[in-house]
Formats: sequence, structure tokens, C-alpha cells
Amino acid sequence: MAFFEGVKMTGGYGTGPDIINSCSVDVNRGEIVSILGPNGAGKSTAMKALLGLINLKSGAVVIDGKDISKLSPQDRVRQGISFVPQTKNVFAGMTVEENLEMGAYLRDDNYQNVIEEIYELFPILREKRNQLVGELSGGQRQQVALGRALMIKPSVLMLDEPTAGVSPIVMDELFDHIIKVKRTNVAILMVEQNAKQALNISDRGYVLVTGENKYAGTGKELLNDPRVRSSFLGG
Amino acid sequence: MRKNLNIIAAYAIMMGLIILVGIFQSWNVALSIFNMCLISAVMTMGANVQWGYAGLINFGLMGYAALGGLAAVLISVDPVPEAWSAGGFDILICLCLIIAIVFLIRFILKNFEKSKIRTYGIAGIIIAGIVIIRITSESGIEAIEAVNPATTGFLGGLGLPIVFSWIVGAFFAAGLAFIVGKVALGLRADYLAIATLLISEIVIAIIKHEDWLARGVKNVIGLDRPVPYEVNLQTTEWFINLVAKFNSGKLELISNIADKQAALNQLVIEGSSVFVKLCYSGLFLIVVIVLLIVTQKALYSPWGRMMRAIRDNEEAANAMGKNVVKQHLLIFILGSAIVGIAGAMLVTQDGLFTPGSYRPMRYTFLIWVMVIVGGSGNNFGAILGGFAVWFLWIEAAPISLFLINLFTMGLPETHELKVHLTESVPYFRYLMMGMGLLLIMRYRPKGILPEKIEIK
Amino acid sequence: MDFLNAIILLLNYIFVPALTYGSQLALGAIFVTLIYGILRFANFATGDMMAFGAMVTILITWYFQSIGISLGVLPTALLAIPFAIIFMIGYMLFIDKFVFRYYRVSKSPPVQLAMVSIGVMFVTQAVVRIIIGPADRRFFDGEKFIIKAGEFKEMTGLNEGLAIKSSQVLTIFITLILVSILFWFLNKTKTGKSMRAYSDNEDLALLSGIDPKRVVMITWIIAGILATIGGALYGLDKSFKPFTYFNNMLPIFAAAIVGGIGNPFGAFLGGYVIAFSEIFITYAYKKFFMYILPESMEPETLVQLLSTDYKFAVSFSILVIVLLYRPNGIFKGKVL
Repeated sequence: MAFFEGVKMTGGYGTGPDIINSCSVDVNRGEIVSILGPNGAGKSTAMKALLGLINLKSGAVVIDGKDISKLSPQDRVRQGISFVPQTKNVFAGMTVEENLEMGAYLRDDNYQNVIEEIYELFPILREKRNQLVGELSGGQRQQVALGRALMIKPSVLMLDEPTAGVSPIVMDELFDHIIKVKRTNVAILMVEQNAKQALNISDRGYVLVTGENKYAGTGKELLNDPRVRSSFLGG
Repeated sequence: MRKNLNIIAAYAIMMGLIILVGIFQSWNVALSIFNMCLISAVMTMGANVQWGYAGLINFGLMGYAALGGLAAVLISVDPVPEAWSAGGFDILICLCLIIAIVFLIRFILKNFEKSKIRTYGIAGIIIAGIVIIRITSESGIEAIEAVNPATTGFLGGLGLPIVFSWIVGAFFAAGLAFIVGKVALGLRADYLAIATLLISEIVIAIIKHEDWLARGVKNVIGLDRPVPYEVNLQTTEWFINLVAKFNSGKLELISNIADKQAALNQLVIEGSSVFVKLCYSGLFLIVVIVLLIVTQKALYSPWGRMMRAIRDNEEAANAMGKNVVKQHLLIFILGSAIVGIAGAMLVTQDGLFTPGSYRPMRYTFLIWVMVIVGGSGNNFGAILGGFAVWFLWIEAAPISLFLINLFTMGLPETHELKVHLTESVPYFRYLMMGMGLLLIMRYRPKGILPEKIEIK
Repeated sequence: MDFLNAIILLLNYIFVPALTYGSQLALGAIFVTLIYGILRFANFATGDMMAFGAMVTILITWYFQSIGISLGVLPTALLAIPFAIIFMIGYMLFIDKFVFRYYRVSKSPPVQLAMVSIGVMFVTQAVVRIIIGPADRRFFDGEKFIIKAGEFKEMTGLNEGLAIKSSQVLTIFITLILVSILFWFLNKTKTGKSMRAYSDNEDLALLSGIDPKRVVMITWIIAGILATIGGALYGLDKSFKPFTYFNNMLPIFAAAIVGGIGNPFGAFLGGYVIAFSEIFITYAYKKFFMYILPESMEPETLVQLLSTDYKFAVSFSILVIVLLYRPNGIFKGKVL
């Protein structure tokens, strides 16, 4: 039994057709798991299902042995599931520090030490703490987005295409940061387009095709699997 | 036929209500409501063309209606030669100056790169222009306004039949719409609403305070009518005969000749005002029917389909090569022109132009209530909205008086609450309009007669 | 001496009135901008909601006056305002629950909400006129002037008098306090920050666990406070007439947009921008130039850019220009 698990999830948007079909993913603490697949395979939908943004027709979402399938997204946040959307993932009109404070909105205790931890993790943010996030560079904004999501001290962190639209150098830097986060004993689940790079840092990966699990395995296995290589990794 | 049943039913109910007013109140009241309903219908059609066809919010209806009214004055009133000789020259010079400034700015915009200097230059030209125009016009305006200020004090009009103003009013409104559209159509929906509302206030401010143009708040009264005058009718033989023939049954019952004559006189007086109103109804009906045919044809033409496509998905339409900006401007102008016609019709019917009476509640928001209540995107719905809401607007006072009396039946006549409520009767119409709008938006968001697109 | 006279003249006829009027507009503009930033629609009922708040204040003031409570030199209305605020908050929450909430939950487009606010405008306007009537009401009591023109002349020996009404000082003073508290609340408290976050990025705010219902409720509470105080101050300074409140909606919108809609600090400054430009452009400077220019150069005309009839037109023109060149307002920076 993994720490965080989506079991045989089936569902879609509203009354529309099912986008994901009996799709299962799981992730343990201190592990990075990537969900890969071609466009329209249902990667983001699977993530939304885990977050509670779409209703499941069947299947379950389980964290630490507890079924949370019926909880609203906000209540899942309370259970320690944090999410970084692909776009609009920061409060652009607020300062770096305010963004972090908003991430800790659900915490009632003194979260100053958590902010310090985030600054340790992303030192550049300490420097820019009083600057508006809208004025930061793309890579720095992604760090703010990660930092905001980490403020609740999540046990599960979900990332929707964290490297979309950033330059290769920033991408490498960002992956480094994600590995740093993983070392703090967080379960990380991410959807990625840059499959090769993502698998390089992932412990495990899933390949979805038309909403179903097609291949699964450790990062290395998938990277070396000829079928996966030829269809998704460009040979 | 079946599918049009609800339209027919709705209109039958509406006409029935007006006929009931005729029977229980008087035909005079019923006809004046009917005429105003027709004018309101023209306005709602204008708003509906913009909102229902293209999704453009125009909260400046008041300004276009006022320009239509201004056209009625400028077309029908006889020119005032003294005023022209006193200050006409100065006014013409100012007009030339304004045109020159506009062309100068256009020239600068076309021939210079966008830069700070250009922007400040244009601002400088506009400010200098205002100062120069004020200086040159001041003496002329004073001279014009000094010419017999009690009755004229303005340049007057062209002295043509007032019906022409319906077309000229449309052009006036179209001209303003062109400028407003060029300026404001790129804005987001709610900004557009606010911007058009404010621009219409500017238009009203100008009409109100430029006395040399149309006497401003001193009003222009006694505009020529396109239909006969009651006083003349009452002495016209064929009309008296007509009334006598129409009421022969009633008159025969009276045996005394003097009484008979008195009764006939009374009937002629009543009949003359009904007849005049009927003439207006006829004229207005022609306009409504022509506009209805044209707008219906447009709605189901390829152009109408394109407009709906733009309304429903602007980006997709843009991607398919439709010039959204141009089409929006066109439809903005067309809709405003229709409102201009309505404004001219209104002044024609009233025979007077009172700039002070143009208020956004009455000429913008009430019309919008009509459009929403009737059913946007559907011309029959828009017209029905015009009828229903105007009917309620007029009949709100008697209805609320009745309700107040009903609820305060137990109270004595002099009870403070009852007196207060009875005094406040005129404001219950706002309450009814607001509640009506809120209820319709909540429970029938597409209006009484929703838009339906037939696929042929 | 003439120079001093000229300065006093400007202070008396431009600066003090503009500052007062600007404060009144600023409160309304912050109201508009808050609703726009958080509930995301243009509230056409703004003016009439302020009229409603002022009306409630007047009714309570009359009650206090009738039972003999007063504040001495200060207007009794100040005592009535807190009670009126409580009532107005109830009114705002009532309207939200029965009118606006439905459209918010069903995620209607902003245009539809704006239309709904027109319905609210009609109803509020009707209720105000039914209860208190359309006539002009004055409810100012206490000491009317802080400095009277005549006293000032005697005191300083100048030709020009400076008259400062206590309602003007109260308006400016209360506005500054209220706005300071509001900005402190928005920028320093957790709840205030959560409102800004909600306005900035609604989806992310939800993901961070911010409760939208709470944010909306607090927004209406602030709106109730602003509407009551703004409306009452305007009524104290000028006079209470429902129709002028409806008309004030237009310069208020202008102020909010000039300041960048959704940005309260911009709206605050926007109020003064509109007020000062209205008065600057429509003031007749003849007397001013008579003081500062030698006699030979004295102007014969009024030296007025536009007649006062165009007061509103000035603010609207400013708005149109701003919309054209800087649709996001002239004050850049933080949202909400």
C-alpha cells in the first residue's frame, strides 16, 4: 500500500465522456513519480481527479490509508496535498513573502520558521522577499510557486508541467529544486512534457494512453524500454 | 405556425391589455400608451441589434435618442435670420476650426511615429484648439443668444417637414456612434458600458448648455407636426361628419337639438385627439414594421449568421478571417442610428424638445430593462419588451395605488403611513422595474421570448 | 500682499473644495474597485447604495435629535453613522444572499452581474425615494464653520477670506482615517491579504485553502462601511438628494477606472485626480490674475477654460482619454 494512491479512477468533465479509464497511480514519501503520455492522454485529468477538481464515476483516492474520494479540493489541501498549477501559479500582484504567507493560509500556528525553511531551500527568494512576484523572472516565479505550495508542509506535492515554457537552463535548475524538495520526505507527483529529463530525476513513471495505464516502471526501466522510447521519447 | 404560438399569444395579451385600458380608462390614454410603446419598441430594436446580435453593450442610448431629438429641432424649426446675421459667421468659423483640428490630428497620427512628443503635441493642439474656439465663438454665441431670448436666441433650423428628421436623426446618431465606436469598441464589455454611459452624459451636457444650438434647457416648444392639429380638426366639416356618423347611434338617442349639438361638440373634441393619436400610431407603425422586416431579414441573412458567430466566439470568428472590429463598428452604428430614429419620433410626437428631461434612468436603463425582459437577440421579443415594460411603467402608478389601498384598508384615510405611501406612488414604478428585471434575469434569463435560431 | 491674496483665493475656491469632493469620490471609488476586484463586476448600484446608507444615517440622526441627543459642536450624524453602518452591512449581505450569490455560484459572465446590479439600482433607488422622498434634505447640525471668511479677513488683514466648513474638515479627516485603516487591513492582516490573493488569482486562492465565502462576506461588509460613510459625508457637506447620488456614480466610476480598476490605492488617488481636474478646469481665474498681474495686463474675460456646466464632462473626458491610452489606469503596481 503506497502512501498516496489513485485507485482505478474513471471519470471526465461534467457529463462528458470519460477521459480517464480505470487509471491507477501511486507515490510514496520521498519519491518522485512522473506521469507521461501523449497529448490528450488524460495526464492532467488524472491529476485533477486526485485533487478533487473533477468527480470520479468510480475508483478511489487514498492518502495514508484514508479514503478521501469525497472531500472537496480545499479539504484535500488540509490533508496535506499541495498542488502547483501549470499556469497562473503565483499571486503576481503580491510580494514574494505574501505569496508564501498565502500558502500557509490554513496554518494557524506560527509559520515564520516555515518561511525560513523555504528561504533556505530557495535562497534567491529571501533576496527578493519584498518584490512583487509579477516582476520576477520565469524561473524565480516557479520557485515562488513551489514555495507557496510547500508552506503547508505537504506530504504530497503535485506539479502540473513545472517546466513548461522555461528555458533549458532554468529547467535543470528547477529539477534540482524538485529533488531538494523530495529529500524533505515529500511525495512528489508530476505531469511532464519533457519526458526524458523528467524520467532522469524520477524514481518511477507511468505512461498513460487514452486515459489508461499503458506502461509503468522505474525511471531507468522506462528510459530503456524500446517501446516507450520509440513512441514518446523520440527514439 | 405552432412554433410561433407563444409570440402570437404574448402579443395578443399585450394588445388586450391596451384595449382594456381603452375601455376602462380612456381611448386617449390607451393610444398614448400605444404610441409610446411603439417608440420604445424602436429603441429596443436598436439596442437589440447591438446587444442581441453582436453582444455589444451600449449604455449610451440616451445620447443617441437626444441627438435624434436635436435633429427634429434642427430640421423643422424655421431659421432665425437675425441670429444668423448676428453670430452665424462666428459659428461657421468655429465649425471650420473644429474640422481643421480633426484633420490636423489625423495628419499627425498618420505621418508621425508614435512617440511621447506626438502624444503631447496632440494634447497641446486640442487644448489650444479649445481656447481658440472659445475665444472666437464667445462673441458670436452671445450675439445669437441675445436675439429675442424669450422665444428664439438660437440659430433655428431648416424649416423642413419634421418627418425628415427621422432620417437625419438616424444620421446624427450614426455619426456619434462612429466616433464612439472608433474610440471605445476595443474595450472590455464592462468598460464599454461605462464609457458609453459617460459619453452620452457629455452629449447631453453639450445639448443642455449650448443655447445657440437648440436653446438648451430653455427648451424648444411648438414644433410642427406631421399630422393635423386638434383645433383645426374640430372645425373641419368632414371630421365633424365622421364623428357624427361614427356615433350616430348614441346621438340619435338625444332628442333635444341643443343637447345633441353639445354632445356632438364633446365627441368631436375627444375624437379629434384620438384621431391625431391614431395618425401618429399609423406613422410609427410604418417605422416599426419596416424596421422589423429589415432587422429580421438581416438576422437570417449570412451577415446575421456571421454576427452571431462573432458574438458567440469572437476569437474563432477572427481566426476564420472575419473582421470583427469592422463588423462591431458597423453594427454599433446601425443600432445607434435606430435609436436616433426613435429619439426623433419621440420629439415629433411631443412637439417639444426638452434637453433637461434626458436622464439615464429613463432613456438608457429603462430601455435595457425592455431588452432583457423581452428577450435579447429576438426582435419580436425586443418589441414585446418595449410594449410590456412601457405599459407597466405607465400603469405602475395606478396598480401600486390600488395595492397600497388594499394593504392599508384597515387604516384611516389620514393615517401617516397611508398618506406617505400614497405620496410615494410615482416611485413604485422603479421598484416594479427593478423587481421585474431581477426576477426575469433569475428565472427566465433569456427573456419572455427567447432567441431561437431556426436552422433551415 | 496681492500674492498672498491670490494664494488664499485658490485655497478657498479650489484646494479645499476639491480636497473635500475628492475624498467623497475616493470612498465611492474604493467601493467600486473592491467589488470589481473581488466579485468581478461593475456595480451600477454604487450611487444608490450610498444614498441608502446616507438615508439610514439621516433617519437615525433625526431620531437622536428628536430624543435630544447631540454631539455639541459636532454634527449628530457622526453618532448615527455606526448604527447606520450596522444596518447597511445587513442590507449588503441580504442583497448578496438573495441576488448576487446565485450568479456568482453559477459563474455567470461579469456582464450579467452588471445587469443584475442595474436591477438592484432600480430597487434601491425606489426604496430610498419611497422612504425619504426625492427632496433635498439637510441634516447637518452643530458648528457650521471652523473659520469664517469674515473672521479670517479680520485676523489676517487680507482682502480674500478663507472659509473652512467643519463638514469639509470632517470629510477629509474621516476619509484619511478610514482609508488608512483599510490599507492597513488589506496589506497587513491575514484576512486582508487573503482578499488581495483572491482578487489576484481566484483559482490559486482556492487551492491555498482561502474560503471564498468569507472573502465575499468581508468584501460586502467593507462595502457597507464605505457606502454609509461616503454617502453620509457627502450629504453632510452638500445636502442629501437621491438624484445627485445616482449622478455621482459617474465621476466615481471615472475615479475608479482612472486609478486602475481593482486597485484601491489607485481609486483613492483617482478620486482626487477627478475632483481637482473638474474644479481646475471649470474655475474662473479672473480674480486670481487680477491679484498677480499688473493692472495693465488684467484680463477682461472670466479666464475659464470651460464653463461650470461641463463639470461632469471634464471628468468623463479624462476617463475616455485614460481608457484610450492606459486602460489599466494611471497608477501601476499592486492589484487590490
